[in-house]
Amino acid sequence: MYVSPIREPLIRGEKNYGQVTKDILAPMAGKPSKYWYLGITLAGIAALFGAWATYQTIYYGIGTWGLNKTVGWGWGITNFVWWVGIGHAGTFISAILLLFRQKWRTSINRSAEAMTLIAIACAGFFPLIHMGRLLLGFFIFPYPNTRALWVNFNSPLLWDVFAISTYFAVSLIFWYVGLIPDLGTVRDKAKTKIRKAIYSFLSFGWTGSARHWSRHETVSLILAGLAAPLVLSVHTIVSFDFATSVIPGWHTTIFPPYFVSGAVFSGFAMVLTLLIVARKALNLEEYITVTHIESMNKVIILTGSIVGIAYITEFFMAWYSGVEYEQYAFMNRAFGPYAWAYWIMMTCNVVTPQLFWFKKIRTSLVATFIISIFVNIGMWFERFVIVVTSLHRDFLPSSWTMYSPSLVEVGLYVGTIGLFFTLFLLFIRVFPVIAIAEVKSVLKSSGDHKKTAHHE
Amino acid sequence: MNKDYITAYYNDEDELLKAVRQLKEKGLEILDVLTPFPVHGLDKVLGMRRSRLTRVAFWGGAVGAAVGFFFQAWVFTEGYPLNFGGKPFFAVPSFMPVTFELAVLFAAFSMVFAFLIYFKLGPGAKTVIHDERITDDRFLVVVGIRKEGNQQEIEQALKETGAEGIKHNA
Repeated sequence: MYVSPIREPLIRGEKNYGQVTKDILAPMAGKPSKYWYLGITLAGIAALFGAWATYQTIYYGIGTWGLNKTVGWGWGITNFVWWVGIGHAGTFISAILLLFRQKWRTSINRSAEAMTLIAIACAGFFPLIHMGRLLLGFFIFPYPNTRALWVNFNSPLLWDVFAISTYFAVSLIFWYVGLIPDLGTVRDKAKTKIRKAIYSFLSFGWTGSARHWSRHETVSLILAGLAAPLVLSVHTIVSFDFATSVIPGWHTTIFPPYFVSGAVFSGFAMVLTLLIVARKALNLEEYITVTHIESMNKVIILTGSIVGIAYITEFFMAWYSGVEYEQYAFMNRAFGPYAWAYWIMMTCNVVTPQLFWFKKIRTSLVATFIISIFVNIGMWFERFVIVVTSLHRDFLPSSWTMYSPSLVEVGLYVGTIGLFFTLFLLFIRVFPVIAIAEVKSVLKSSGDHKKTAHHE
Repeated sequence: MNKDYITAYYNDEDELLKAVRQLKEKGLEILDVLTPFPVHGLDKVLGMRRSRLTRVAFWGGAVGAAVGFFFQAWVFTEGYPLNFGGKPFFAVPSFMPVTFELAVLFAAFSMVFAFLIYFKLGPGAKTVIHDERITDDRFLVVVGIRKEGNQQEIEQALKETGAEGIKHNA
């Protein structure tokens, strides 16, 4: 195989296969560090806050939220869209980058996919809790019932049900199919009997046979081919929740591509936030290198710029449409009572990612970490701006009002963040954080010692 | 594999690839090759067919799309037609999202289950683990012994190709 001599090796250090196994399994072995305990304690406290808020919502109802007659969608939907968006990076990394044969993805795809699954779980929580009567949640599925009534297949909210549940299910098997060989490795390296039994159950009896490998690769490739359009469809359908309505500020044809790139943008930011900490804490700096961080930062520049252009296009189209309601919605967004939210969004999403044009900044871990947090905040505000500013001044000036969240809503949001980090911290103890087999398969073609004389 | 066989391992995938090719040329029966990661080119050397899983995925997807589309069409024209703001009952464009999602769902699941069922892999599957190091850094070949007994020939061939840890199963 031809290997460009200029390109940096994907994995640093003179690694051999045994060393790779050892390094990647290391975080799972032994007792967790005190930082891990600290992290899970903080995350657990946040999750408990969320549990209290969930109890309040279910016991007393949606009245405990800050919503009112004019602003019927607030933080709940904002958080839903934010979490779904974050999930998109994992699928993007594992599916679209696989189809594009980007080998650098092998170091980050496993943890990014895990992040996807956890983020979708956090996202799915919000529509469910927003129903108020959680026990009637199954009404969203078309099931035969005594009233002979089905669901409304014309509604984008129902499309969401199908999109999100399909997305979760397909992401889950994609992730798990990729995990099977690595779980085999964990099984074969297990030291205790219980550990061996658990992982041999989880590894589905993986033997490493060439026949299995060949078909495993076919399965992975086709799953990637399926997940790629799926991930694009999911945020498209999420954007339909807004775009198919007739609310000025929502009724926009630009929404699907704008939401999808925004999703990838925020998702990469969250992957960076997580991995910059994780690579240090887990001693995986030779696997998740600055080259990986830089590549992700380039995706952030691209998607961030698309998002920036979308904001400007939206504004232009509002003016160009000649519809005064549309024009008012946008002027109100930028200069009305929620202008502060709008300008936070503009600064965080449009200005800060442009700093990555400087090589110094995009290869600096500290700068990347800070900017990734900015992007996370900016993308949350984007959804807040879209939801709240479009609603709070509707067609009837007598019903114009303001919206601010109650403590319960804040609790639900903080709670999902706590849940997210709790589950992620558990994930790094239970499963290998890097796809061991995949890293091994790129070790030779792109490692330091790739030039073995064994080529045919 | 209720057969007698000899196993041996290599430390490098290029070595393995060369060795398997040589063993094949000698007319030895290679029952299996176990590797820690997919070794490209091995499927050709072992004479594997093109995977039929793509077809499973296609038909799974086709069934999913059909189920999704016709179910929605039936619900809105026969099952319980509801008038949503005077829009048509048989509204093809608005059936598309659910149709697409179900196509992807069925394709993915049918393919993964076909893969697992075909190879008898699954939770608690009983498979033979020849060597625990093959999920780490060893590349193992399993060579079948003929009825008339060609152990010596196999051992000789394995040694020539630089194999280590030659073992008989019985």
